[in-house]
Amino acid sequence: MLEVVVRKKITCVEEIFHEGGPVAEKPLRRAAALAVIRNPFAGSYVANIEGFMDDLKPLGFEMARSLVSALGGDARVVEGYGKGAIVGSCGELEHGALWHVPGGYGMREVLGGAKAIVASTKKVGAPGSRLDIPITHINASYVRSHFDAMEVGVNDAPRADEILLVLVMTTGPRVHARVGGLKASEIKGEDGLR
Amino acid sequence: MKAKIRKIATFVEETQREMDREIAPPTRKAAAVAVIENPCAGKYVEDLAELMAIGEELGELLTERAVAALGIAGPSAESYGKAAAVGENGELEHAAAILHPKLGTPVRRVLGKGAALIPSSKKRGGLGVVLDIPLGHKDAAFVRSHFDGMEVRLNDAPRANEIMVAVAVTDSGRPLPRVGGLTKDQIKGEDGLR
Repeated sequence: MLEVVVRKKITCVEEIFHEGGPVAEKPLRRAAALAVIRNPFAGSYVANIEGFMDDLKPLGFEMARSLVSALGGDARVVEGYGKGAIVGSCGELEHGALWHVPGGYGMREVLGGAKAIVASTKKVGAPGSRLDIPITHINASYVRSHFDAMEVGVNDAPRADEILLVLVMTTGPRVHARVGGLKASEIKGEDGLR
Repeated sequence: MKAKIRKIATFVEETQREMDREIAPPTRKAAAVAVIENPCAGKYVEDLAELMAIGEELGELLTERAVAALGIAGPSAESYGKAAAVGENGELEHAAAILHPKLGTPVRRVLGKGAALIPSSKKRGGLGVVLDIPLGHKDAAFVRSHFDGMEVRLNDAPRANEIMVAVAVTDSGRPLPRVGGLTKDQIKGEDGLR
């Protein structure tokens, strides 16, 4: 059991009314929760790191809950999600992969069993690095209107011995989605894909 | 609403540790940013009254958003700041028209008080330009523990014909202030300076 030491937390919410086209009746909202934590494995190669995934679960859950609350408190408005991590320079990419399970677990728990895989990305980077968090529909990965991304970053993180963890939720399709494909209204909801 | 708003973003930062010391209670900053159409883009406009009126409107909207993001009542805010970034078809003076003549009054109305000058910065820039919003104590500009700044950026703004307008509010100063000077419990609050 390793302690999860949080240095800072950031919440960003974007409310998008239009992008040159008609003003949306219901603006699209995207929210990101970021946590800067100490990387317990920074500076050396540690073979067995798996246990830290369990240690991160409470933080994943708390960040997912904070996203729902930033979007107004009702989990039913959430239609898209994604996650990511930036590992500071004394860590390795594999440390970012530790976020897959606890980040996904936290969001599914809060959203009541979303079916689709949580789109994700990760990298090693310096303070101020930006990360484009991919976003897909929570119940069917192929819903084309919900393919989206949100850029996040923190000017002073991650430091060399830190990891920046990110979860993102959105409330709907791109604001002027019109490139066809599977629609949210056509989801079968059996396999998490269609 | 005079301003044609494309999107509004809010950011909250909460610092819980610094140099491995616990910050209790955590320091918190919030910024609200509106991306609006610049009605004066692409030409020289002598009378900037339209932008001044937009500034008044955004002063109230953005301060309310920032305070709501912190979950505090307006009068509990401790420091504030404002900034604007004008897209490439606009003029620095457009940022000045939004920020300086009328934006401050509604900010102070929402926060209950605010005898001190609202620190500000402005620039012209492209998509993803970084705004460093200066921060100072709202009732006494010389409170040294509250000299600070908050960085915000949006990857897709400002477009050439847009302006990004930001208001930042905090409920605290820097995490570990120790460079002396006037402290907040010494504020007289008469002249906005001390």
